[in-house]
Amino acid sequence: MPATPYPRHLSRAAASGEPAFVRLLLVGIALTFLTLFLFTPLAFVFVQALRKGVGVYLAAITEPDAVDAIRLTLLVAAIAVPANLAFGIAAAWTIAKFTFPGKNVLVTLIDLPFSVSPVVSGLIYVLIFGLQGWFGSWLQAHELKVIFAVPGIVLATIFVTFPFVARELIPLMQAQGTEQEEAATVLGAGGWQTFVRVTLPNIKWGLLYGVILCNARAMGEFGAVSVVSGHIRGATNTLPLHVEILYNEYQFAAAFAVASLLALLALLTLALKYAVEQRTRTGFHSRERERQ
Amino acid sequence: MSAAFSPTSVRRLVPASGAHVLPVPRTVEARGTAPDRCRGNRRVLPGFGIGLGCTLLYLGLLVLIPLSAAFIRTAQLTWPAFVDIVTAPRVLASYRLTFGAALAAAAINLAFGLIVAWVLVRYPFPGKRLVDALVDLPFALPTAVAGIALTGLFAPNGWFGAWLAPLGIKVAFTPLGVLVALTFIGLPFVVRTVQPVLEELPRELEEAAATLGASPWQSFRRVVFPILLPALMTGFALAFARAIGEYGSVIFIAGNMPMVSEITPLIIITKLEQYDYTGATAIAVVMLVAAFALLLLINALQAWTRRRQGAFA
Repeated sequence: MPATPYPRHLSRAAASGEPAFVRLLLVGIALTFLTLFLFTPLAFVFVQALRKGVGVYLAAITEPDAVDAIRLTLLVAAIAVPANLAFGIAAAWTIAKFTFPGKNVLVTLIDLPFSVSPVVSGLIYVLIFGLQGWFGSWLQAHELKVIFAVPGIVLATIFVTFPFVARELIPLMQAQGTEQEEAATVLGAGGWQTFVRVTLPNIKWGLLYGVILCNARAMGEFGAVSVVSGHIRGATNTLPLHVEILYNEYQFAAAFAVASLLALLALLTLALKYAVEQRTRTGFHSRERERQ
Repeated sequence: MSAAFSPTSVRRLVPASGAHVLPVPRTVEARGTAPDRCRGNRRVLPGFGIGLGCTLLYLGLLVLIPLSAAFIRTAQLTWPAFVDIVTAPRVLASYRLTFGAALAAAAINLAFGLIVAWVLVRYPFPGKRLVDALVDLPFALPTAVAGIALTGLFAPNGWFGAWLAPLGIKVAFTPLGVLVALTFIGLPFVVRTVQPVLEELPRELEEAAATLGASPWQSFRRVVFPILLPALMTGFALAFARAIGEYGSVIFIAGNMPMVSEITPLIIITKLEQYDYTGATAIAVVMLVAAFALLLLINALQAWTRRRQGAFA
């Protein structure tokens, strides 16, 4: 990174040298655009949620169906996130620390779920586990349910959140190279010891970052879950699906009340994400200073 | 859509050598560092076999086999039957709407995303860090929440709808509503792909241009813009790819009238609800093929971004 002789925010503006009115105009355009498309919708959720008073709000988020939806959403995330975390670590370790043919193809395949429409992500599990699907009759004979039941929701959620942890870790671990792990191995550390004592401390922030994003999507996924859930109240309704049901029943205040929980989750996610970014940034800069 | 849900993350997380050449996290190789030398490490570090095994097993069972189910199911159709399903007038109308609105939304985000990224990198203004953090909101906010919020705002009696109604502009429950929803969900992509490139852009380039007599506009158009172009294209393609598959935020605001405001993912859902699995899957295959083509394009664009940026960093 080139050394900056004077403070960043001054230097950049001075160097580009646009007239003041151009700067004001651009800031104005940017903020207007973001206000229209981002800030107002966010504020709208909370305003609508509280429009009929705190009593209605609390009732909406504590009624049995809503509580069941919260419980199911937490359960699904509690399975999907650790599963993708374990996979992400295994995939990143394999890809970043070793050379093997077909590695680039593997990286692209890991990214694949991000390019698939959520609706299609749900559909493919229906094709396998649904009544007309590959295992449909076998599952029915054994009285097992995957589609229109919790396992289907978990599978669809794992699919749509599949790449999050892996894609954060792969570039991070590649940039860190293998010397430290090699040193640990040469000094007699076992594989697990090397990972826990050497690799994990190096990747913990990237790991946390991936988990935060993975969790947000797991709790908020709508399309894929909607296809496999069957919308059974109290049984297969996640929070986003519960919002949809309330909205379609014209219970707007309740729908926005439940939606505000998800909006709070989104804000919490952004705050944590920001904190991790700051943390890694300062870590990076202090290391740079030490070097100089 | 390699939805690159956080294209900034790597820039912030990868320390030292790799940092300036990794604008987006899909990076495969950290250039010229340890990986070049790690040939043969297979024998030094443990865990290759089990790591690769677990990765392939998990990937195969949860992603590749389920995806192949869609193609296998569709392969049972004869070609004319397949073509009949995927080119029915109602389906064609949905492609036009889905791809057209996605393209328009990505174009809107291209223009405004560039301005937002520019302002965030170059100009100080109050609340800038908060604004910067909130740009990622569409990645974090569940699509259903975005859907009902935008619908409420743009409905004829909503905050925005009430203003637009007297002008004769209807947004909610029309194709324009689809455009609004897709603009919302695609908003962060261009910002987050352009921002790191702009941050790493050596100031000297513009100073040199200014010294040689270029106006700020000339220096932007002739010096900065060509460097940003690959990142802009990548952001555009990512936003577009995300938008064509989008479902949750659109169905609330679209009105979902066949031939008018019905998106392709909704047709898949409708066919599923009618137990027409074959029809739903055939259309899903069309969407998958489009998505894979875009994925390849995005990979190529990102490689271009890295090369172009690497040349200046």
